[in-house]
Amino acid sequence: MHIKKTKDFKTGLIFILFGIASMVFSGSYQIGTSAKMGPGYFPFVLGGMLTGLGLVISLRSLSKAEGTRKARSFRAKPVVLVLSSVILFGLVLRPLGLVFSTVILIIVSSMASDEFRKKEAILNAFVLLAIVLIIFVYLLKFQIPVWPSFLAGRT
Amino acid sequence: MELLSNLTLGFQTAISPQNLLYCFLGVLIGTLIGVLPGIGPVQTIAILLPATFALPPVSALIMLAGIYYGAQYGGSTTSILVNVPGEASSVVTCLDGYQMALQGRAGAALTIAALGSFVAGCFATLLLAVLAIPLSEVAFKFGPAEYFSLMVFGLIGSIVFASGSVIKAVGMVVLGLILGMVGTDITSGTHRFSFGIPELADGIGFVPLAMGLFGISEIIKSLERREKREILKSKIMGFWMSKKDIRAAAPAVARGTLTGSLLGILPGGGAILASFISYILEKKMSRDPQSFGKGNIRGVAAPESANNAASQTCFVPLLTLGIPSNVILAMMAGAMIIHGIQPGPRVISSNPTLFWGVIVSMWVGNLMLVILNLPLIGIWVKLLSVPYRLLYPAILLFCCIGIYSVNNNTFDIGLTALFGLLGYTFAKLECEPAPLILGFVLGPMMEENLRRGMLLSRGDPSVFFTRPLSLAFLFMALAMLIVIALPAIRQKREDAFHEEGEDG
Repeated sequence: MHIKKTKDFKTGLIFILFGIASMVFSGSYQIGTSAKMGPGYFPFVLGGMLTGLGLVISLRSLSKAEGTRKARSFRAKPVVLVLSSVILFGLVLRPLGLVFSTVILIIVSSMASDEFRKKEAILNAFVLLAIVLIIFVYLLKFQIPVWPSFLAGRT
Repeated sequence: MELLSNLTLGFQTAISPQNLLYCFLGVLIGTLIGVLPGIGPVQTIAILLPATFALPPVSALIMLAGIYYGAQYGGSTTSILVNVPGEASSVVTCLDGYQMALQGRAGAALTIAALGSFVAGCFATLLLAVLAIPLSEVAFKFGPAEYFSLMVFGLIGSIVFASGSVIKAVGMVVLGLILGMVGTDITSGTHRFSFGIPELADGIGFVPLAMGLFGISEIIKSLERREKREILKSKIMGFWMSKKDIRAAAPAVARGTLTGSLLGILPGGGAILASFISYILEKKMSRDPQSFGKGNIRGVAAPESANNAASQTCFVPLLTLGIPSNVILAMMAGAMIIHGIQPGPRVISSNPTLFWGVIVSMWVGNLMLVILNLPLIGIWVKLLSVPYRLLYPAILLFCCIGIYSVNNNTFDIGLTALFGLLGYTFAKLECEPAPLILGFVLGPMMEENLRRGMLLSRGDPSVFFTRPLSLAFLFMALAMLIVIALPAIRQKREDAFHEEGEDG
């Protein structure tokens, strides 16, 4: 199996997926006529175009057998840890405030690196916390909860 | 003479103490993030956007513009000294800049990068000032058909300059257009693709999309690679160039400036493209192409001048037509709208102080950068010794806080993670995200103009082909597509991106 081929094939599939979804949902909005376009008209046309492009890309990838390039190795650790640190930050920010969510974000995301060192990450978290509090809360006066909502009463 | 009085007005605005301060802050922050790999002007402007709400619009725009062109200066410093492009537009500078540094000529390379950028910046400022009024007058003649065709032209432009497969880039544009449809339809009030989520009723935020596709996915990609960064140990000796260097570099600066200015104006262009093209051009024109990549000063002078010129002239389509030509300009458009200014031909007449103030501030900012940059290089180099494992969590943190503060909601943070995953997937599949972003930004505008154009013509699509300007744009778009589809040129284009753009 050629790597390049599967790459194009998958790209095509993603495009087809988005294209069909766009067409299906646009179909439920009013399409209108070309003189008086409804909200569904343009997205429906675009969905059709994307589906078509996706089909061409994946079909072409089946017939052509060129370009064997080594795929970069996929590693789950950075993907999972970086993304979950961001999601956690979002989930924790409102209930627990900036202080806790910052520490969580820094420590979880630091673990994604191959050179993770526990002490260093914790130190980094506190240094950054201080910087963030000074810049965003004290100087720029962002409207952002700092402490857990049950402690602060109001943020 | 009108130009002179306009520039005077601009000077008065730009050199007020407050605006000077924000200009300085902008270029300083810009240089800083230009030096740091992994965080670029897109993320920075997104983070700082909410912080500019309290400022008057002129100061806010002066600062944001300063971040953009300041980043071009900072990016070159790291390219030369550590062979790590701090900024996508200085990838090519690594090729000859780092080689020069290895040969002990880092000082000369840094000097020509700074001076070349300065010359280019001055020229581009002037060009912007000269072109603005006539172009905005043309823009008043534009109807919906012209706008629609111009946007088609811009989108095709972004495809031409994206690396990799053309058809995939087209797909990315269309996907971007579809993502731009999410939210409330302005004409009918229908909620499209919002799936009952109230946060999506206003559409997908530009900031989460851009941060996810560029910021987060970039961090994940760099974590997959092993960290490799050598700080140049040798001292930077002397900032002065020899006479021979000057003679070689001066024409390269001139050519780079011209190429960059031109490519900046084209929709879809911008600093990244300008630096690539001017490097290739310089190599083609040289009598000794072999010396490129081995420390030829022209290989630093041309792209550095070009990226700076382009980062300024790309304000032309935004300020005169209201069409942002690349991602950063789209953010600037967002900033203007937040401050209650609709980008477009009316800006010049309705906000002359803002318009001319921002233009002149670019010149002032460039002057600051030359003065600021050379003595501060030591500090920037120190900063680079901060290891990536400490840096990227900080970048993530700043991104998250920035995203939250745009709308004060945590939904956008989750959305960013989702787009981060999407961006990472696309990177693995060798699809470039830039065309998607441009499609996303232009999508709503395109739909509106298409609808209006078709309404005026009572459903007759020939209106796009019978109006001469509209036809011209469509024709140029088609020509570009045909040209890149030609096998010979396609091969060349792939070579060009491969040779220079390995793992940016």
